[in-house]
Order: sequence, then structure tokens, then C-alpha cells
Amino acid sequence: MPPVVNTIISILFDGLAWAMFLFIISVGLSITMGLMGVVNLAHGAFAMAGGYLVVTATASWGVPFLASLIIALIVVGIVSVLFERTLYRQLYDASELHQVLLTIGLAFMAIATYTYFYGPLPQAIRVPYYLSGELHLGARSFPTYRVFLIGVGAALIAALWYGFERTNIGARIRAAVDNRRMAQSVGIDVDRLFTITFAVGSGLAGLSGGLAIQLLGLTPSFAIIYLVFFLLVVAVGGSGSIWGTLAGALVLGVSDTAGKYLFADAGSFFIYAVAVLILLIRPAGLYGRE
Amino acid sequence: MKIISAVAASVLTFFFWMAVADAETIKVGVVLPYSGPNADLGNQIDKAFDLYIKLHAKDLGDNKIELVKRDEGPASGANARTVVTELITNDKVKLLAGFVFSPGAIAAAPLATQAKIPMLIANAGTAWITTLSPFIVRFSFSMWDPAYPMGTYAATKLGCKTAAAGFTDFPPGQDSALAFKTAFEKAGGKVIDEVRMGSPGPVPDFTPFFQRVKDEHPDCFYVFVPSGSHAGGVMKTYGDIGMRQAGIRLIGPMDLIPDYQLAQMSDAAIGLVVVSSYADDYDTPINKDFVKEWHAAYGPNSYPDFESAAGMDTMAGIFYVINKLQSNLDDGAKVVDALKGWKHDGPRGLIEIDPQTRDVIQDERAEEVIKKPDGKLGVKVLETFPQVKDECKVLKIGRCGS
Repeated sequence: MPPVVNTIISILFDGLAWAMFLFIISVGLSITMGLMGVVNLAHGAFAMAGGYLVVTATASWGVPFLASLIIALIVVGIVSVLFERTLYRQLYDASELHQVLLTIGLAFMAIATYTYFYGPLPQAIRVPYYLSGELHLGARSFPTYRVFLIGVGAALIAALWYGFERTNIGARIRAAVDNRRMAQSVGIDVDRLFTITFAVGSGLAGLSGGLAIQLLGLTPSFAIIYLVFFLLVVAVGGSGSIWGTLAGALVLGVSDTAGKYLFADAGSFFIYAVAVLILLIRPAGLYGRE
Repeated sequence: MKIISAVAASVLTFFFWMAVADAETIKVGVVLPYSGPNADLGNQIDKAFDLYIKLHAKDLGDNKIELVKRDEGPASGANARTVVTELITNDKVKLLAGFVFSPGAIAAAPLATQAKIPMLIANAGTAWITTLSPFIVRFSFSMWDPAYPMGTYAATKLGCKTAAAGFTDFPPGQDSALAFKTAFEKAGGKVIDEVRMGSPGPVPDFTPFFQRVKDEHPDCFYVFVPSGSHAGGVMKTYGDIGMRQAGIRLIGPMDLIPDYQLAQMSDAAIGLVVVSSYADDYDTPINKDFVKEWHAAYGPNSYPDFESAAGMDTMAGIFYVINKLQSNLDDGAKVVDALKGWKHDGPRGLIEIDPQTRDVIQDERAEEVIKKPDGKLGVKVLETFPQVKDECKVLKIGRCGS
């Protein structure tokens, strides 16, 4: 294989895996933002909660890794409803400053709580043997865990597409995102829709937290340090749209990887340059509506 | 009668002196990251300071040591100047100790000079830090201490003709890569690529950087990251993208295998060669005792690492200087003078503070990660480089020459 082709395959594959991870972690944030206009800066805290749940489940309870991912998805989703019912619902009509203050406060409280119980040390897990090492596909081999990430991402996209485009509840969510007042006046219970999407979005964050341990490691500051990535994806993609989030994740994931691979010296800056460029041309994001 | 009253007087004087001495409490300002993504690094030294004081409190007699702990904050050093100013002006500390990150130490150095307060470094390893203030004494290491012998060892013993260097893009990373490159090329090797791998804060996804190096196919891949969770990320990526199978050998300083991370690493780490000043597995009575006391104090799942060993030696130096100067630490220059040429046998083995450079002299060891009989990962020492001095200052390279 010529080196140039090899390089392009490397970048596309790693970029795709990174993009899938960004998609899974950001999609919930994007939908809840589009639906209710709530800027949930504690989204990373739900992801972190999922990560620590996976650590405890695999290390202390002996649950297999894949099962513990599903536990993280469900438990974080359910627990997030409690927060939504008690705290977030106060925010629907509040100013953006109030939203940001409360949710960033929650994120800091989560950091302190998890530091208290788990300590500041990074946590690691042992992924099962069938997810570690490399997968040989033709002339190339690929890291198995990243192939798995792409698979999970693809499955989620299919599930979300079906749920969003083909079910009644999906149609209602789309209607409410398009025009909340109109949706309410035709009898759609937007509050309840929001609870459901919030739970699904937070659950997916929990799942992605579990997936992230092998990728990025897990410390209590997880809640805040990767927040800028999710916000970038939502901003570039345009809030309230699955396809926007997917497009944003793909553009940023691949360009971030390409930047680091090709121009390592300026690599960490590349993703921001791309984001700024896109937002200059389309201020509402790729799929955003003015 | 005369004798009795003389005895009584001297006894009274003695008690009076005791009472005065009793009041001595030495305040030491401790600057370590207690929050954020690198809090684990601070934690390793913080535990060592506390453990040393717990084990050796009686060595100070009636004097006491009080640690005033402040958060060094992020790796950028943005917080260090503020907390050091507070420690000097508000808390009136006599000594400053800690400093995990080079940027923090670099930012604080002018304050140590201004206030004439000794600054005792327990980690920050950028070689030229010690030249920034005559009040700096370093107990940990210079980046050159492990990186320079690693360069020679890779070229001569590991048979690497070409190498790539990947490093976290901040002063110690640049320093470590430069040291490796200098020695490796002096020994006949060729560094074909130098890859800056992001910032020292949150752990980046190393895959694009490693993939680039994999496609370039050097014999050896020298990596520096700021230890802790970054080290875990390096090992995972190295294993996941199959660099070993591609025939690329991972090498580096001890930051790649801090003992508390090694316990969690996968078998991908086996065969990794580092040059290091410390490992839990070092078979000396002092180290065996240290590891035992550590587990007794912090539980079986907490492991000391090279930072902790340097932390123990830093606190040993503080105890030495308190006793030597009879608790009178008001003159910072005298404290630094007393530490020059200080020799100590600690967990790392014999160390000395170089009277010329105020930097530590210690043994470095090339060691390989192995699977021990009990199934855990550990290290086997391949070669010892006795009493290594900071080669950057010996060769007077760049800012080390000033």
C-alpha cells in the first residue's frame, strides 16, 4: 500500500472513531438544548457518573464490561430524571446566566463528590480480551476497541434515526424543537417530552463515560475538562438536531485527528480553527436554524 | 550549698531553655496540585511528606513542623505565583517545598529570590530551573538524569539506529526530548521525528500522534508525558495500535511507569525499557521498609512511586536542615548552604545535593517491565548508572549554561 493511502486510511479511521465518541457524548446535550433551550453544563458530570459506575461495576461487582455499559446507560438515565424533575425544571424560563450558574455548579459539586468517594487518582478498567489488541482487515490492522466504538456509534445512529424519524414520540420531539408554542397549543406535553429526551440524552452521556475510560482515562475532573469538546460539537452542528450533531462530530473528529497527525506542532489548535471557520460561515451551525 | 544552688540554677536554666525550644514550630509551605486533572501527581508527594513526618517526628526533638498546604493548580503554573506569594507574606513560611510542574516552579523562582526563602523542589524536572534562583535546591531529578543515559543506552544496548521522540509540549517535555536526542545522536543514532503531543492538562487521545510515528517506523519511540493518567493513556495507545507488533520499541523516562499506574497497566507494558531513579521493586532494606510503611499507612492498593521517593528525600532534607541549624531558619542563604553537599540514603539509594548546582546527584537505572511470579507487573534492573549528575549543566546546553 502506498504511504499516502496508508496515511489517509489512518486519519479517516481514527477520526471516525473519535467522531463516534464525540457524537455519543454530545447528542443528548444537543437535543435538550434545542428542545428547551437549557444549556446543561453538567452534561459531562452525567458522563463521568456513568464512567465511575462502569468502574465500580466491573471492578467491585464483577459485572462484564458490556453489561456494565448498559447498566450505566439505564441507571444514569433514570437518576437524571430526578435532577430534571427537581432542579432543571426550575430553569425552563430562567435566563441563560441562571442556567449556566446552576449547571456549572452541579458539575463542580459532582467533581467534589466523586473526589471524596473515589479520590483524585485516575481510574482504569480492563476491557475484555475480545476488545483489546488489533483486528486484521485485509492489508491493514485496526485497534479493536476503536472498531467497537464505531460499531456502537453506528448502532446508536440507526436507533436514534428510527426513534426520531419513524415513531410518534420522535415526531412530537421534532415538532417541539421546531416550534415549542405551536406544539404545546396542539396538545403536546412538552414538559414530559423534555423529561424523556433528558433521560435518554443523559443515559447516552453515561454510556459514553463508560466508553471513554479506555480512551481518555477517568478522573473526577472529567466532568469539566472535556466539556469544551461537547459544546464545540453542538455549536458547530447546530443544536436540536441529530444530523447536525453527527455532522459536527464528524467534521471536528476527523479534522482534529488530521491536524494532530499531520501538523503535530499546532495540532491541538486545529480543531478550534475549524470550529471558528465554520461558525463564521454558518453562525447557527451546520444544521442550525436562524 | 553552693554546689546545690549551682546545680539548681543550671537545672532551672535547662528547663527554661527547654521551654523556649518547645515553642519552635517550623512552618513549611507546601505547593502541590490538589485539584484538577493532575491532582494524582500532588497526591503521591503529599502522602510522602505526611508519611515521613509521621515516621520521623521524634527526630526533631521538641520542635515541630507544620505544613501549610496550598494548591499548585493547573500544569500551566497559573496558580503557583499567587499561592507562593500568600505563603510568604501571609503565612510567613520559612521554607517552600513541593512543585510538581516546571511552569509552576519557574513562575515561583523569582519570589524565592526576592523573599530569600529556600525553595525545595520535590518533582519539577526541567534542567535549567535550578539556575533561576540561588535559593532553589532540587531533590527530585533533572529531566536529563534519566533521558540522557536513555539516549546512550538505546543506541548502544537496545540496538536502535533510528528513533522518534514524542513529548508533551511544555518545558520538561522539550527538555526531556532534547536530552534524549543529544545523547542518542552522540552515540550514533538518528532522531527522525519529534512530535509535540498536546498539553499537560487533560489526557489527550494519543492515537493520531502514535499512528504518525507507527507509519514512520523508527526502531525506538522515546516518549515523555507528565506521568499519572497520561502514562496510562500512552500504554493503552501503544498496545491498541500494535506498535510492538510493528517492531517499534517504546522507551522513556520513569514517568511512563509510575508504580501506582503500573499496577493497572495491561500486558502491553511488558518489555518496555525506561531509565529511572526509583521503583517499588528496588531490593534495598530502606526501600523495602518504605514500601511496607506506605502500605501500612495508605492501604494495599496505594503504591509509592518515583515522586513519592523524591518527596521522602525532600522531607528528610528539611528535617536535616532544621536539626543542623537548631530550628533557626530565618537566613535562607544559610539553609541552602547547609544543604549543599548533603548526602542521604533514601528509598532511591544514595543521593547527594551537588554543592555547585544545588541539584540532586543520584543513581539512575535502566529497567525493563516484567511480569513477576505473582502475576503483577514489576521491573527488573538491567544496568545501573552510578551517581548521575545533570548532564545539561555539565555540557552547558542552552539555559543550563548560565
